[in-house]
Amino acid sequence: MTEQSLRWAVNDAWVLTWRNLTVWRRVPAYLVFTIVQPTIFTLLFRFVFGGAIPVAIPGGYVNYLLPGVIGQTAAFATMATAISLAIEAQKGVIDRLRVMPIARSAVLLGRLAADGFRMLVTLLVIIAVGYAVGFRFSGGVGAALGMIALAEAFGLALCCVSMFIGLALRQEEAVQAFGLIWLFPLTFVSSAFVPVQSMPGWLQAFAVNQPVTHVINALRALALGDTRVTPMGDNLWLSIVWIAAIVAVFMPLAVRAYKRVS
Amino acid sequence: MTAPTNAGDKAIVVEGLRKSFGKVEALRGIDFAVQRGTVLGVLGPNGAGKTTAVRILTTLLQPDAGRAFVEDHDVVREAAAVRNVIGLAGQSTAIVDELTGHENLEMVGRLHHLTRTQARARAGDLLAQFDLEDAADRAAKTYSGGMLRRLDLAASLVAHPAVLFLDEPTTGLDPRSRLAMWDVIRTLVAGGTTLLLTTQYLDEADELADDIIVIDHGQVIAEGTAEELKGRIGGDVVEFTVPDRSRIDDAIAAIDTLGEGDPVLDRHRGQVAIRVGSRGSEALVETVRRLDAAGVESAGLSLRRPSLDDVFLALTGHAAAAVADEVTA
Repeated sequence: MTEQSLRWAVNDAWVLTWRNLTVWRRVPAYLVFTIVQPTIFTLLFRFVFGGAIPVAIPGGYVNYLLPGVIGQTAAFATMATAISLAIEAQKGVIDRLRVMPIARSAVLLGRLAADGFRMLVTLLVIIAVGYAVGFRFSGGVGAALGMIALAEAFGLALCCVSMFIGLALRQEEAVQAFGLIWLFPLTFVSSAFVPVQSMPGWLQAFAVNQPVTHVINALRALALGDTRVTPMGDNLWLSIVWIAAIVAVFMPLAVRAYKRVS
Repeated sequence: MTAPTNAGDKAIVVEGLRKSFGKVEALRGIDFAVQRGTVLGVLGPNGAGKTTAVRILTTLLQPDAGRAFVEDHDVVREAAAVRNVIGLAGQSTAIVDELTGHENLEMVGRLHHLTRTQARARAGDLLAQFDLEDAADRAAKTYSGGMLRRLDLAASLVAHPAVLFLDEPTTGLDPRSRLAMWDVIRTLVAGGTTLLLTTQYLDEADELADDIIVIDHGQVIAEGTAEELKGRIGGDVVEFTVPDRSRIDDAIAAIDTLGEGDPVLDRHRGQVAIRVGSRGSEALVETVRRLDAAGVESAGLSLRRPSLDDVFLALTGHAAAAVADEVTA
């Protein structure tokens, strides 16, 4: 790739990122989805279920909950990624972009960058809401930033999965239905809201070994400190391996699905 | 791969193009060429294969067999070069509803690697040219159907394409917006752009195209100028309307042996058309006499040159507009 074409590829991705973020800013429903929904989730679990879920963590359930909500939200935020791409493929928007002499990578990178930014806003909102209802970081600033970075990286990896699903299915309703099928079990059958030890044995086997649990355990260790009740153990490097593996599998699949949209 | 030796002054050359979707043969080997600076009307009902042909020519689909060249570039092997010289517009799919008209065009300019200043200037020019200046800073979702199509067309022209593809640019528009769109397209063509226009409306092809190809079931079934195509069905048409729809069969019976071939009937509108060859005025008088003898009242009796509707019917055995979606490809 020459320097010129690299510059253009960056330009194209940036223009489409700007486009996606402008649309997001101007549609109130998207803002609600990004900010209000995670706020409600945080408050719901904190006050409705929180009292019934016993955890032996300093500061109580809210400290256990918040990294879980963050992990879950990062995963669920990718639904919007799949839906936007499906709609664009269905309406022919992607076709029109492909007829222009733009970099092949621009549509996917523009989507990733915009949705990554959107996700960051959501994560910061959740942390702010968390602070208002008793959550506190206790591992230091570096670890707190590390937690946000890990959540963001995991969210972007799942964005690749969602890009593939959106472009492969190309139908809003199908994407929505399918999104619920994989995202709900993946996020709820994990350590996001309850300790996995409370689940029946056969479910525990899945919960303990799936990526969301590793990521959320790592988020917790970063947020609350690497302690006996929230040990980091193998969780950080397992999370990084999972993230790398998900990107390595689904990015090429998404690119292939993008080329096939027609 | 070199272009065919006869390419020379041709903006588009298509040779033996085939494409199937599963068991459906959307294109069964079509050939045609478009001279630089002219308008080719690709005419056919829904599902005839028009859109498939446009998608191949604009590098969105790969053909199963055959070759196609746009401005001497192979659409498969030199897709990137093709994308540099073409524009595609049609059913306003390039427009982002939440962006303003100006932002939409500026974005397309930036994607064509204009600088910010250039992109802004070009957007302003196009908005003026397409009579959208007053709506320039309004979100596109507030635009009417006609305005959206014009904005979409403007978006396809940002980079001054040598060859423009318009895929059913007026489908779904009200008659007034349609006429406005025709004006815009005529201006464009006067500027020297080569245009390939697909349409299911025969009057549209008649109005805008220099040459016409008629596609049905993935094959070119006729080609020529509008006049040549009309000439092919030979002679004039006598047409009249039966206001009392219940008498329409009596009217048919009365004039049954008068024309060449079966009379064409539009039951919904009560309209009857008969091809009468060169016996125009004689046939007109005879029609009046026979309808009178049968006691059938008629209105709007006229003798006219054949329309492309008549041509399409004569060529395919079915009316252009009446065909349901057989293939949605």
